[in-house]
Amino acid sequence: MSEPLRRTPLYAAHVAAGARMVPFGGWEMPVQYAGILEEHRTVRRAVGLFDVSHMGEFEVTGARAVATLQTLTTNDVAALEVGQVQYSLLCDPAGGIVDDLTVYRLGGDRFMLTVNASNIDTDWRWVTEHGESGALWRNISSETALLAVQGPRAEALVAELADADVKSLRYYHFAAGAVAGARTLLSRTGYTGEDGFELYVAAGEAERLWREFLDRGRAAGVAPVGLGARDTLRLEMRDVLYGNDIDGTTNPLEAGLGWVVKPAKGDFIGRDAIEKVRAAGVRRKLVGFEMVDRAVPRHGYRILADGRPVGVVTSGSYGPSIDKYIGIGYVETALAGVGSELAIEVRGVPQAARVVKTPFHPSHVKQR
Amino acid sequence: MANVPAELRYTREHEWAKAEGGRVRVGITAYAQEQLGDVVFVELPKTGAKLTHMQGFGVVESVKAVSDLFAPLDGAVAEVNEALRQAPELVNQDPYGKGWMIVITPSQPAQLDTLMTAKEYEAFVAGGGH
Repeated sequence: MSEPLRRTPLYAAHVAAGARMVPFGGWEMPVQYAGILEEHRTVRRAVGLFDVSHMGEFEVTGARAVATLQTLTTNDVAALEVGQVQYSLLCDPAGGIVDDLTVYRLGGDRFMLTVNASNIDTDWRWVTEHGESGALWRNISSETALLAVQGPRAEALVAELADADVKSLRYYHFAAGAVAGARTLLSRTGYTGEDGFELYVAAGEAERLWREFLDRGRAAGVAPVGLGARDTLRLEMRDVLYGNDIDGTTNPLEAGLGWVVKPAKGDFIGRDAIEKVRAAGVRRKLVGFEMVDRAVPRHGYRILADGRPVGVVTSGSYGPSIDKYIGIGYVETALAGVGSELAIEVRGVPQAARVVKTPFHPSHVKQR
Repeated sequence: MANVPAELRYTREHEWAKAEGGRVRVGITAYAQEQLGDVVFVELPKTGAKLTHMQGFGVVESVKAVSDLFAPLDGAVAEVNEALRQAPELVNQDPYGKGWMIVITPSQPAQLDTLMTAKEYEAFVAGGGH
């Protein structure tokens, strides 16, 4: 028997809003409300509200917190200032990716890690078993709700409801404040390619905050957005999704995540294996491609070149903002250059595709 | 309950079939397009292709799902809705009208009577639709 699906504090609100609920990574989540394409466009043109409370949060504190994070994660935590967020990875000794995550420096020796929903249990075991002793870990996933407010009108909407100085908050930075009276960690981050915020609040405040945003954002055109559009939005950015594009069998370098691997900081789990790959050169690379022939690439489809299998599609769909069928996948390094001509095997038929520059759609995050 | 026009016949795979003189027009039902969500791709056979009752004749894809299309009866493809190539969203917007898929010249016209009536299809969908 599989375990029953978990629900976020907003489950009832989703059902009442007519959301289609689906299983995702052990959770029962809204895949769509009005429709994936419409929700996608709402985020690109106005502002969308996402419930991502299924994501996990761990807190780590103590004099050994920095040391243990340096051992566990690939990025350099010492370079992270208080109030800053860092994208990073947990790797295993073979260099495979255990999870991708964001690290928040709450204080000198106080951090929060945000991990993927499907990996909460695995990651919890991983960090508590492989971390250095002397750091105190707390799994705050179930008491923490997470709302994402994303889109060109997100800043104005969040500013209206927050007491913090939202406008001067830079990308990948966060501030503590109150939003609609609820204690909130406001983070200028997201997974859509639009400007926006991720708001961490106590689980008990989630539903009130959710309604407040829908209510106060009406004039701005706010709408709830499900996981379906979250996926097409991140795909257009070529942002990877754990379990689809990266996992224990992929290493950070082939996934294009070498920029969050910092061997110069000292030892960390997976460092030797990753550096060996770096020295030898990667065998394959994750590339973005668009279809030349009319066909939709999907996760698991084979990638061919001259009739020979050369890789596999890890994510693919229709890109609503660019009106093209697009995908990402691993191909042999020699075939990874922009312009490289490939074929995607769709129901047994090779369909022409071409490696393109990514992101597929220009990013509008506040890069200041 | 999604719209189920009384004058059409239906398959267990959620295609509708409409007698038009000696030919039969085919599409997917309002219920089917609702279940699929936004349709972004439709693959249809060429004119003249042979069809076999309840064998696949094409594919409809939404953002999240890939779904086969089944021929409601034996015959040959007389017409294909070329508009769906550029505008697959017509399947969502007007499943019984502009969102039609193919027209069949049936080789066994009597097969049409073996398909579900609107009443039977409504009951089938109410019972879960599979």
